[in-house]
Amino acid sequence: MTAVIDVESGNLALGGRPVLRGISLSVKQGEVVALLGSNGSGKSTLVRGLMGLVKWSSGDVRLFDVSLPSFRDWHRVGYVPQQLAATSGVPATVKEVVSSGRLSRRRLLLPMRQADRAAVRSAIATVELTDRRHDAVSQLSSGQQQRVLIARALAGEPELFVLDEPNAGVDHHNQLGLARTLANLVDAGATVVVVLHELGPLAGLIDRAVLLQDGRIGYDVPPANDLTLQPTAGHAPVHHHPRSQPDHVPLGPGWEL
Amino acid sequence: MGTVTILDYPFMVRALLAALFTGLAAPAVGTYLVQRRLALMGDGIGHIAVTGVGLGLLTGRSPVWTAIAVAILGALLIELIRERGRAGGDVALALIFYGGIAGGVMVTGLAGGSAQTLYNYLFGSITTVSSQDVWVVVALAAGVIFIALGFAPQLFAVCQDEEFARAAGLRVRAYNITTSVLAAVTVTVAMRTVGLLLVSALMVVPVATAQQLTRSFKVTILLAMVLGAATSVGGVATAFYVDVPPGATIVLLALSCFVAAWPVGNLVRYRRRLRQPFGEGDGLQPHTVVPEEHGHDHGAACGHPAVPHGDHVDYVHDGHRHAVHGEHYDEH
Repeated sequence: MTAVIDVESGNLALGGRPVLRGISLSVKQGEVVALLGSNGSGKSTLVRGLMGLVKWSSGDVRLFDVSLPSFRDWHRVGYVPQQLAATSGVPATVKEVVSSGRLSRRRLLLPMRQADRAAVRSAIATVELTDRRHDAVSQLSSGQQQRVLIARALAGEPELFVLDEPNAGVDHHNQLGLARTLANLVDAGATVVVVLHELGPLAGLIDRAVLLQDGRIGYDVPPANDLTLQPTAGHAPVHHHPRSQPDHVPLGPGWEL
Repeated sequence: MGTVTILDYPFMVRALLAALFTGLAAPAVGTYLVQRRLALMGDGIGHIAVTGVGLGLLTGRSPVWTAIAVAILGALLIELIRERGRAGGDVALALIFYGGIAGGVMVTGLAGGSAQTLYNYLFGSITTVSSQDVWVVVALAAGVIFIALGFAPQLFAVCQDEEFARAAGLRVRAYNITTSVLAAVTVTVAMRTVGLLLVSALMVVPVATAQQLTRSFKVTILLAMVLGAATSVGGVATAFYVDVPPGATIVLLALSCFVAAWPVGNLVRYRRRLRQPFGEGDGLQPHTVVPEEHGHDHGAACGHPAVPHGDHVDYVHDGHRHAVHGEHYDEH
């Protein structure tokens, strides 16, 4: 199987402070990987590093088998940030924001083609916002805004989805909707990396849970494994069940209750 | 022979042409600045351009070109500060503003220029535009409009969510620099029309007016351009007939449009909020019959806001939501 994401001993420092240390992570095509960890453990930084938004200080990071600095096929990647960047000064409709997700596939100075319009339409329909497509994004609830961001990533028809805490501040109903959308994508062969605080309704989809602890990978296991019964050598948190308490990391050096 | 009209004066024709193109270009760029919450950037560039004008006067070159050069440098400096510094950026901007205007006054003084010379650039002197100048203004403004509209999808994405744009593979930095250069060129172009101290008004006020009434980016930018062009041409014409300063007239006209649009926008937003569908809830609400008698039947013509609620409509009156249920109304 081809590795969609491949990180070999990646180190990343922000403003001189080492944030990610010795990260090795490989995600295969079609896998659904949850990145877990407490606040400040480096989950979001890892995602931002994978998207090329922050620079790695060392290590080999590859997307679709191309080294990150020379990776150009960004239309293969759909990024869903945590929140809509502070609603901007000028109003923009749902359709306009979702359309910007199509830019990675569009040519400069040319209008949208049939396929572009169809992709935008179907992305909006997938997140059930068709009847609000001409409304300003700022008028939507935060759950609906989150869905706009997901639709924006869908519009580019990517093979890899990277979502940064898509369930933060989103009610149960919308979380179920996201789980359905992701399930459909996975059925269609997409690869998903999702930062989560708790697995919630997504639990059934996750193939692997990767726990970040203080910038290092703590464990990397299928979440269904009952760790209390089948302790894996080399994985420290044997008494933990990632599905029930993913956020409660074991106390180690430097950790406080 | 008919009466003499404004178009019989070649200098007025030139002034109107310059005003039209400036009025179209300034709000087009202004929309992106407002979207990035950099509404005052035009002001800052205007202040810096004063130094450019001074340098032109000192070296005997055309102040337009020295102003463009200095304005572009200033705009890039502002962009650099924005990109690098999170906090403290506004203080850095303030320093640049004051440095720019003080430098301009100083250099103009050294060049032996009078207050009147500088006044023409600070507040505009559109009726003194030469026929050569007018073509420069028209060409630059047309270029600005072409880039602002042609690259609108990309510029929109970058201004709307820079991180996403970068993750989508857009050359974010190139587009940011483009926006800055567009802003700098626009400021210098508008220098002759409304003057460096008022240019930002022409970039921002039509946008603020337009977005009172719009929901989409596309309509906002186009409406702002129409408003900008109308107030610019209208301002110059008014100034011709009433003998008032054209730059100030344009800005005051634009502001009065905003004052007129604001209550309308408020009303539109209020009504839109009122008619937003109610949540479906969990379907467990008790069945509460409204006890009061209704003087009329709720319907399309009764005047009470009809708000979609699941599969039916609630009529809102006096803080209650009444839904038709057979012969009576339910409290929802």
